[in-house]
Amino acid sequence: MQTVNLEKENYKQLLKRFIEKNDEETLYKADLFSKESIRQNVTPDEIIHVYIQALEDLYPDLPETFRRSLDFLLETMISYGVAYKEFQEMREEQLEIKSELALAAKMQEKLLNTRVPEIKGLDIGAISIPAKQMNGDYYHFIEDHRGNLGVAIADVIGKGFPAALCMSMVKYTMDSFPESRMLPKRILQLLNRVVEKNVDPGMFVTMFYGLYNPDSHDFYYASAGHEPGLFYHGQHGVFTEIEAKGLVLGVERDVTYKQYKRRIELGDMIVLLTDGVTECRRGERFLERDEVIEVMKQYTHLPAQQMVERVFRYFEELQDFQLRDDFTLIVIRREN
Amino acid sequence: MNSQSCVNIEKEWDIVSARQLGRNLARKLGFGTVDQARIATAISELARNIYLYAGSGEIYFDIVEDHPKKGIRIRAIDQGQGIEDIGKVMKDGYSTSGGLGAGLPGVKRLMDEFHISSVPGAGTEVEVVKWLR
Repeated sequence: MQTVNLEKENYKQLLKRFIEKNDEETLYKADLFSKESIRQNVTPDEIIHVYIQALEDLYPDLPETFRRSLDFLLETMISYGVAYKEFQEMREEQLEIKSELALAAKMQEKLLNTRVPEIKGLDIGAISIPAKQMNGDYYHFIEDHRGNLGVAIADVIGKGFPAALCMSMVKYTMDSFPESRMLPKRILQLLNRVVEKNVDPGMFVTMFYGLYNPDSHDFYYASAGHEPGLFYHGQHGVFTEIEAKGLVLGVERDVTYKQYKRRIELGDMIVLLTDGVTECRRGERFLERDEVIEVMKQYTHLPAQQMVERVFRYFEELQDFQLRDDFTLIVIRREN
Repeated sequence: MNSQSCVNIEKEWDIVSARQLGRNLARKLGFGTVDQARIATAISELARNIYLYAGSGEIYFDIVEDHPKKGIRIRAIDQGQGIEDIGKVMKDGYSTSGGLGAGLPGVKRLMDEFHISSVPGAGTEVEVVKWLR
């Protein structure tokens, strides 16, 4: 790009030419001048000052009344200049904050990272996408030495930074649990104590915890107020809600959780999700749960990972690519 | 004319007197129209702060020399409530977002030097200098 001369003399020549010729080319150059001024942090009042000086040079015999009116114009622009500088510095600060946030988000991703385990007889898919930079959803897979699969899915009530910090705490608490087979009700009970003790009142965590025994194909689970997941009956091709009751984590100190058990047949699926999935909106209206199920049905023939990705893409598009809430979806299918 | 001049700020009208005195002094010193306007705007801001928040106070003007530089110094002194958290009022966006004007960060930008000291419950003193270029 050609550089623009920000000298007063240059401005004066432009002004002179425009007054004589009244042409578009000079106006274009004036546009370049103003863009370059912005780039070099020249304030609006300074441009006016350059204009006044140029005018006085070109027309030394300006009527005093007119000249004075220019001072008046300058005076009214001084505060704009100050505000302009302030906004510039705030914008720089904002960029700094943004890059810091991006760094934090990256770090969080690393912290919360979990590998989808490969277990014979199970096809597993998982996706978790934050609405903003930081994710307030969390999912985690644990495989114990006996080959049992533990799966956790959680959602902090709240979004952004505070929710993300809270999630990191939950993750580290879970990491500290012994690796041996832990029952879902016990895990929720322990986590509840930690959350209750360490998190602000007003911040809650919902969690669903499941334990899959790949030998007996029994699925044990418990819920702490988490968005109900779905069972898919492969044989009949229908979804039903996973019913599980339990208090949200962090409300009361001593809570016991009820544990449920279900046998998973060949072709069945366990679908776990957060309210970012069920609270998708079409325009102003929330989707009905049936509509969510209808969407899932379209993709049940796909491998689990493809299925969660396609479902996510469907909802993302539905919301014009602007997620309103963190979105997490897990599919576990029993296969041959 | 090197002696110090002072304007008492009690009424809104006094803000105008302070601006006038400061602008005249700046012009005599040889400041150009833009700097005159900036100095007047800074004085306005300081005087308004006194008028709005302290009730009354004084603004002093004098010429400072730091060879070979020459400049105008303005000191705004009040015995008002003082400022609890100077960091907060010096933060960008604190006053402008409320439409209160340039605020103290604005004054700092308009001038070359800026010093503030405040004792909660006892008053505030702001000293600013603009050097002739």
